[in-house]
Amino acid sequence: MRVALIGQPNCGKSTLFNQVAGYKAETGNFSGTTVTFTESRVRVAGEVIELVDLPGTYTLEGGSPAEEQAARYLDSKDVDVIVNVADSTHLALALELSLELLPLKKPVVLALNMVDEAARLGLRIDGEGLARELKIPVLPLVASKGRGVKQLFLKSLDVGRKKKTAAYENSFADARHVLARELAKQYVTQGERHVTWRDRIDDVLLHPVWGYAILLFILYLFFQTVYGIGKLTEPPLLAFFDLITKGVLTPFGSGTLFSEIILGVMQGIAAGVAIVLPYLLPFLFGLGLLEDIGYLPRVAFLMDTFMHRIGLHGKAIVPFILGYGCNVPAVMSTRTLAEPRDRYLAAALATLVPCAARLAVVFGLVAFYLGPLAAFGLYLFNLIVIALTGRILSKMMPEDTPGLILEMPTYRVPTLKNVLSKSWFRVREFVVEAWPILIAGSAVLSILNYLNVAYVFNWLVRPMTWLMGLPSETGVPLIFGIFRKELSLVMLSQALGTINFGSALTTTQMVVYATFVMFYLPCLATLSALKRELGTRPMLAIGALTVVIALASALFVRVIASII
Amino acid sequence: MKSLLNVPGGEQARLVSVSDRLLRKLKQYGLHIGDTLRVLRSAPLGGPLLVEVNGRELALGRTVAENLLVETECESH
Repeated sequence: MRVALIGQPNCGKSTLFNQVAGYKAETGNFSGTTVTFTESRVRVAGEVIELVDLPGTYTLEGGSPAEEQAARYLDSKDVDVIVNVADSTHLALALELSLELLPLKKPVVLALNMVDEAARLGLRIDGEGLARELKIPVLPLVASKGRGVKQLFLKSLDVGRKKKTAAYENSFADARHVLARELAKQYVTQGERHVTWRDRIDDVLLHPVWGYAILLFILYLFFQTVYGIGKLTEPPLLAFFDLITKGVLTPFGSGTLFSEIILGVMQGIAAGVAIVLPYLLPFLFGLGLLEDIGYLPRVAFLMDTFMHRIGLHGKAIVPFILGYGCNVPAVMSTRTLAEPRDRYLAAALATLVPCAARLAVVFGLVAFYLGPLAAFGLYLFNLIVIALTGRILSKMMPEDTPGLILEMPTYRVPTLKNVLSKSWFRVREFVVEAWPILIAGSAVLSILNYLNVAYVFNWLVRPMTWLMGLPSETGVPLIFGIFRKELSLVMLSQALGTINFGSALTTTQMVVYATFVMFYLPCLATLSALKRELGTRPMLAIGALTVVIALASALFVRVIASII
Repeated sequence: MKSLLNVPGGEQARLVSVSDRLLRKLKQYGLHIGDTLRVLRSAPLGGPLLVEVNGRELALGRTVAENLLVETECESH
């Protein structure tokens, strides 16, 4: 049996999905987190079902690719039951989609999600009345706390087995709008509304002055915390791995191919745990927290003016912020933008955002040796370069968008469980996919070193490294960085023959190297995401663009550093 | 009839006219002709407006707000 979850953006479909299937779908308190469908086999009440999490859609007649995908899926695949997840706090809007689902001649179950929120707002919903009126089962749900999940699925299986299809006449969008509002008026009564901190908080967070001050403060605090935790844990971990590496190597002697490979593998393992994870973990946890609270759309609101300057509107801030975690979901999330021009521009700029892997390079090199302020400065410089690039690109592609339309979600108290499993979901990606490549890359490099052929690679990119004033050994880590950005740091220690970068590079060289890594060629995974979303030619164009920008930025930094 | 941009903060207005292209977009967010909008706040430096529609908050960019023609309470009576 195949059960499809559908609902409007930010109604909690993915949260429900994750409750049943384990954390497999990205969630966040803003529209458009799910851009493609996630399928999973789950066992519910002794039966195995195919559960599908579809991207949020306000209507099946929508225009963005994410919405078309949801509509197509319901149309084509043999969906046995549609579970319509509705945000109880905005039932009038949610019912518009329900009225569109009912004529599909499939069994439909309506889940009134966030009934706890609705109660807080003083909304009383007559679920039974609504069920009688629509002739479908209507069940209450609090997906974030797992309340009502079991009953919902038992009921869904039941109607699925009986193939009780909903019967409702199709109608036009305007008629649905009127009808949905009438239904809401009839079955929702507004009681006393408890005014809480959530209703007042935007007075401060969206304040014309304080809003920006707090935004800066939050970013600064975030940065400092990530740095602080990383700085605290990196040295003891490095020392620990140093000890282990020495212990492991002793029986093998040194200078043989085998011992070199062992050394390479150990350095790969050490770099993953000691250099990358200390910064990655707190970063992903903090990002997850901000996402779940619902702060990101506020950032979009505050930054809309700025985004206009670079030729986009505020909604495109979502790919940017996701980009700080990983460029792949960032590029994918451009799917929520309706205009192809916006998607192209947002994707191109999002690949310039330093992802968590590049964060490791910046922090492991610049922050660790030059202090957090230098790293902060590098991030600011990155923003300026992105803004300039956006301005130039948008001049070449004139704007043809109606502008920002974005829903502001209510603030929600994040659950520790969701933030933790979300962080783990993203860390696992690093551990499972990136780490083996890190270790393998490190080992390959040690072989190259042993055979003395690394110079071929170094020689290939020597014009670039020479221009930037970097030692020629940096060529190999830069080339391998295209596979995984962390390799640019891990293999640097291999290439320079020391884990203490301070002894092998000058401060200028470190900053120039980090600047180049920040911008040049997105990793293979991001390139393939660009190809999927935009096509081969745009991918090649964006790739070439990033190399030009990286080289120009690195030279600029080199000149500035030589003046200081 | 006036543009939503000219509605002062805190006041309500009814959406009466908008281009077809933009209306199609607005409908995706559940905003239709005849709906009542309340301007909650606006971002500085030409930033977007925050409006309340049917109990939800929507951020509308200046260019969007400019093209929404509305009637305020006193006009419709």
